[in-house]
Amino acid sequence: MSTVTLSHLLRSQESSLLEAWLAEQRRSGNVRNLIADSDLKRQSAEFIQLLQQTVAEGDSTDYSSSTISREMRRFLDSITGDRAQLGFSPSETATFIFSFKRPLFEAIRTSTNDVTAQIDEVWNSSLLLDRLGLYVTESHQKAREGIILRQQQEMLELSTPVVKLWDGVLALPIIGTLDSSRTQTIMESLLERIVETGSEIAIIDITGVPTVDTLTAQHLLKTVTAARLMGAECIISGIRPQIAQTIVHLGVELGDVVTKASLADAFKIALQRTGFALAKRSSITAVK
Amino acid sequence: MEHIPILRMGEFLLITVQVDMHDRLAMKLQDDLTERIVRFGSRGVLIDISGLEIVDSFIGRMLGNIASVSRILDAETVVVGMQPAVAITLVELGLELPGIRTALSVERGMQILRREAELAGLEVLKDANMEEDGNPPE
Amino acid sequence: MEILQSDVLQIRQPEDIVLVRTAVRKIAIASKLGLVDQTKLVTAASEIARNTLDYGLGGEVRVDMVRDARTGVRLTFTDEGPGIPDLERAMTDGWTSGKGMGLGLSGTRRLMDEFQIASKVGEGTTVTIAKWSR
Repeated sequence: MSTVTLSHLLRSQESSLLEAWLAEQRRSGNVRNLIADSDLKRQSAEFIQLLQQTVAEGDSTDYSSSTISREMRRFLDSITGDRAQLGFSPSETATFIFSFKRPLFEAIRTSTNDVTAQIDEVWNSSLLLDRLGLYVTESHQKAREGIILRQQQEMLELSTPVVKLWDGVLALPIIGTLDSSRTQTIMESLLERIVETGSEIAIIDITGVPTVDTLTAQHLLKTVTAARLMGAECIISGIRPQIAQTIVHLGVELGDVVTKASLADAFKIALQRTGFALAKRSSITAVK
Repeated sequence: MEHIPILRMGEFLLITVQVDMHDRLAMKLQDDLTERIVRFGSRGVLIDISGLEIVDSFIGRMLGNIASVSRILDAETVVVGMQPAVAITLVELGLELPGIRTALSVERGMQILRREAELAGLEVLKDANMEEDGNPPE
Repeated sequence: MEILQSDVLQIRQPEDIVLVRTAVRKIAIASKLGLVDQTKLVTAASEIARNTLDYGLGGEVRVDMVRDARTGVRLTFTDEGPGIPDLERAMTDGWTSGKGMGLGLSGTRRLMDEFQIASKVGEGTTVTIAKWSR
């Protein structure tokens, strides 16, 4: 008998439940003013309708375990995705569901005087809302992971600029940790630019690389070797003291790779090799 | 039988590999080239592989052999124009072609050979007239 | 794993290796592999095909375009040659049974996303390699 009540309640008191819920959401402040009032109202109304369907379709005596319909999942995924994008935390997102409890329980309490029926109803609806809340938390997690993955890929593309320093001299300032997939991206863009510009010298500056382990050093060496196969020489610059020590400590053989402490030193060597020299302006005029 | 043409440019020989070489063709190139170096007394060999989409260990070994044989015959070998994707693959494969000189383009490769020849105190014809010596040796 | 397209090529003479390379390149492009990955796959195919010919005394390769989470190319080389007695040693860098540079199998493995080899002395060798689009 009590089961009819919730389905019935959701339908008969739809508008008053919605009002009370919206007031509850505004009061608890989880909206953070990031979602427009009209959107929140639309989302809340849609949720109540979907919940009503879920309860109606479920087992009439125990709707707490009724399956979450595809429409409900899609709806929850969409609002979670939006909220994850806006920077909501998982608990803030889940509060959207949990904040419905107070107005719902309030409605259940006033609907009947039978205390046992009230408790049954509250227990069942609470279980159902908890499951929906957990679903939202998981969905939020997935949405965040998707965002992080996309950002990683964007960073990967952004983080490897190959710049031309001089005719025939390229520079590649690397910032951040070098892992396998990143090294491949870096290697490809550097080698392609070498062909495009016909540059015979490339300076790989690792000032912005926090640590160098054996793997990183090997990746660097591979880049140098590939460039050499194509007919270009690489100079590695920006080797900080502790990195120099690490390289020696790890026993990494840098072979005959030219290394310099600073990008400026490397640039000087590169100019020399391409047949240029740096001179102060005053000394040139003095000669004249 | 098909063969890869070897161009004679003054003191040097130029080979442009454009087709995906099968093994027999690669072996034949090696033989032809050795014969040409001796016949013309060439001082250098340029191998342009910019048209090659892959270099596997077989072709890598062939390049290495050419360089070694040429060196014995007193000719320097420069491999030019290797594609970036090919270079990355070779390094990953573990083939680093030690002992082979490389250059970005035929022009740069030629400069390297000229410089080497000048260092060796030889007269080098500036305007080497290009001629194809198409006939395969008997 | 779903097979979208499949083809079998014979490896009987050195010229066949070129045909294998061409077929693998075509399917790698169709599977949306990047240029570097295409090159790695074709090079690996060339290496294994030559092994099949030289050590396996000829055989065949099945070229599959496959889809799992991503699309990719899977190559299965089979021969009925003498087989490899000591697989572990054959997979070590620098090992060679003859005229190779000793990079064949271990080097090829580094080029691929997946690499499996099974061999039985007297019965033959099967090598399966795969590369996925990124």
